[in-house]
Amino acid sequence: MRTDAGRSGPDRSVRGWGGRRRLLAASLLWAAVLLPGSAWAADEADGKPGADWQSWHADTDVADLASVQRGARNFVAYCLGCHSLRYERWSRLGKDLGVPEALLQKELLPPGDSVLDYILTAMPAKDAQTWFGKTPPDLSLMVRARGRDYIYQYLKTFYVDPARPTGANNLRLPATAMPDVLSDLEGLKRAAFRAAPGGGAAAGTEQTLDHFEPIAPGGMSAAEYDSFVRDTVNFLDYVSEPTQVARRALGVWVVLFLLVFTWLAWQVKREYWKDVH
Amino acid sequence: MSAKTAGAAPAGAETAPGAGKGLWAWLNKRLPISEFITTQLTGYYAPKNFNIWYFFGSLALLVLVLQLVTGIFLTMFYKPGELTSFDSVEYIMREVNYGWLIRYLHSTGASAFFVVVYLHMFRALLYGSYKAPRELLWLLGMLVYLALMAEAFMGYVLPWGNMSFWGAQVIVNLFSAIPGIGPELVLWIRGDYAIADATLNRFFALHVAAVPLALLLLVALHLVALHESGSNNPDGIEIKDKLGRDGKPLDGIPFHPYYTVKDLMGVGVFFVLFAIVVFFVPTLGGLFLEPENFEPANPLSTPLEIHPVWYFTPYYAILRAVPSKGLGALLMFLAVAAFLFLPWLDRSPVKSMRYRGWMSRTALTLFTVSVIGLGYLGMQPPQGLYVVLARIFGLIYFLFFIGMPFYTRFEKVRPVPDRVTYHAH
Amino acid sequence: MADHAVLADDEVDLSRRKFLTRATIATGTLGAVFAAVPFLESWAPSERARAQGAPVEFDLSKLEPGQMATPVWRKQPIFVVRRTPDMVARISGHDAELKDPQSQDSDQPAYAKNDLRSRSPEFLVLIGICTHLGCMPKQRFDKGELYPSWPGGFFCPCHGSRFDLAGRVFDGSPASINLNIPPYYYPNVRTLVVGADEKGTA
Repeated sequence: MRTDAGRSGPDRSVRGWGGRRRLLAASLLWAAVLLPGSAWAADEADGKPGADWQSWHADTDVADLASVQRGARNFVAYCLGCHSLRYERWSRLGKDLGVPEALLQKELLPPGDSVLDYILTAMPAKDAQTWFGKTPPDLSLMVRARGRDYIYQYLKTFYVDPARPTGANNLRLPATAMPDVLSDLEGLKRAAFRAAPGGGAAAGTEQTLDHFEPIAPGGMSAAEYDSFVRDTVNFLDYVSEPTQVARRALGVWVVLFLLVFTWLAWQVKREYWKDVH
Repeated sequence: MSAKTAGAAPAGAETAPGAGKGLWAWLNKRLPISEFITTQLTGYYAPKNFNIWYFFGSLALLVLVLQLVTGIFLTMFYKPGELTSFDSVEYIMREVNYGWLIRYLHSTGASAFFVVVYLHMFRALLYGSYKAPRELLWLLGMLVYLALMAEAFMGYVLPWGNMSFWGAQVIVNLFSAIPGIGPELVLWIRGDYAIADATLNRFFALHVAAVPLALLLLVALHLVALHESGSNNPDGIEIKDKLGRDGKPLDGIPFHPYYTVKDLMGVGVFFVLFAIVVFFVPTLGGLFLEPENFEPANPLSTPLEIHPVWYFTPYYAILRAVPSKGLGALLMFLAVAAFLFLPWLDRSPVKSMRYRGWMSRTALTLFTVSVIGLGYLGMQPPQGLYVVLARIFGLIYFLFFIGMPFYTRFEKVRPVPDRVTYHAH
Repeated sequence: MADHAVLADDEVDLSRRKFLTRATIATGTLGAVFAAVPFLESWAPSERARAQGAPVEFDLSKLEPGQMATPVWRKQPIFVVRRTPDMVARISGHDAELKDPQSQDSDQPAYAKNDLRSRSPEFLVLIGICTHLGCMPKQRFDKGELYPSWPGGFFCPCHGSRFDLAGRVFDGSPASINLNIPPYYYPNVRTLVVGADEKGTA
């Protein structure tokens, strides 16, 4: 099974904004050419990139272990700075994702954490409240609570908005307190809205997107960024319910057994009911 | 007479326990085990023409046992308390060996209980099983249903998710509509000024101990009442009216082995469907486990739409259809209570829908459509067309009961056969 | 009989009936056994218990000769004794007073099945739970502390069991086996890890 064992991991000694530079360096073979919007990503209405964002589907498969592993690496690099996964242990992650403990320690674990610890962020909740106005929520159950598509759309509909304190806004969750932390990868884009009846720029919630306008490219192409987001969503799907793959596997046997039993019970019933007339 | 009735040990045998026959005799002198088997199983005659609608009683008993067992095991790991409940459920889901399976069995079992119970109740409406001499059987069943609703409501609060909290907040607040004592009553139920730790803990005690005991008692009484009158059947004929020379009903068959064997098959089919849900779609798209409940309770953040789990939504739709809080609550309670009066509202000379007139059949069809419609509407936001439809369906719902004394009395019924209709299978 | 709903016994094919019934009962019983497994397994230590029961590290450099420390592993007290040469000498010479001087009946890893019941003479690692009924024995390391010929060891206050400086039980004690020894190893000269050894984690 393909693992990311050979790749150099993120620099974990520096959290937050600093750590992503190394990942950028690895993928900065791509010229800083202005790519037209999200031409590769999910289907868009002709020439209006992003207009159909509400029908974007994550389309992930939690049984795709390689994808979930990449998602784990993405999470540690870009999300763990603020978000915790308080119900998941590192050792559990290692076991379920097939990552040996040594590799787990080297590539994913923040220094000082034990492999038996729960996956917690180093950011103090109180400080986060002060800086962002809201504590970044724990993400252990986010996929169960909001759905994969929600997170997929959320990570792909950030746009530049000078009116917001973070300089960014989001279509999936308008007035989100989270900054656009992935702009280095995705690039920056502006949202052009349709003149909607009854929805002014100040409202933010009722506007309809006409299309996205790219401002600056990021370190990844649209396709790469899309993969990145999918892998991350896939990982969060796994964390939401780590037992789901085992559940389905066991279910096949249970249902088969029950079908056999039911057939037998039916034969017994028919046999006895021959008596009845 | 066939040798299928269990042979009792020779009376008066006082041999020491040890050898099979001896032990059996010893026990039977001290407990009526043999007698029970003979009178309640091998010698208890049930109509031979039971159809698919008659599986759901035994299935309901099965689900009750399932809920008791899985519930007890959950209690071994669950920690009630506003700071610990949510975490302990995730502990069960992730860290307790097979905890996820026990949890899903219990959550699916709760919904399965209502599926089975509603189909079981529908059978009674179809065949007039609530009519004399089975009125008390029906009332006891209704009490079981009420206890079940209380049990499910409190059980849903225990995970202390956001829907647990807000659902409890809304439903408990309903009681404030009671004139005079309302607000005090609500404060007393909650034990605090809002749904809080006090409420959670007392619901835990009631859900785990008090209501299950009440349920067991009521189910036992329900079965005793059933055996007293004997079962109804799809033709609505009293099989005890035609006895054979041995004093047993001509159209009856011993419950054991015929219905034990048939019910076992029913259990198999049920388990197949149940297992498919538990292992492949335990949330059933949000119907059985609502997504909002995967976020911890937050008194400062109401979900965009609050609605109870699917099995309460018909009543919820009626509640919201009425613009007045007090009247809405009253009508919601009446919607449940109306069932209690069925044995006396129904004036038909005939029990089964098979032989009733077109008015009863139409009324039942419209009623069923309304209940399903209301159930769907109870899950939608209360606006626009949804409200209009809820009012229409609500009206039909009540007309089913209010009109019953009239359309059941005055409609033309079909002749009821002398003996049950049965085709070998 | 003809007017009844049910056939008489002699009109029935009993062998097919018996076979099917038995097959169904057998399958049903098998199913019940399978169904019991998750419930029984749920009682086994959860992942949290197993994580909390992970091997424990202890810094040996803080221990003085003749001193005992009591770290905790799997919620049990572990006696770590830094034996002086004198204490080591007092382990031999009283085999006749011991119930099991060769540690045949007691439970210890292979490397602790020797005269000193330890990997090295200097350090003794024991599970500090009396093998009688589970109380925590007290240290009585000095010669003659309990009675004139007492070579030093452990004394359990609950029912009076006595153990020597290698944890071996004396005759006359209610306990019947020597104190248990957990798996342990030294990753380096200053550190003791209890709960794991070359074979892996306990």
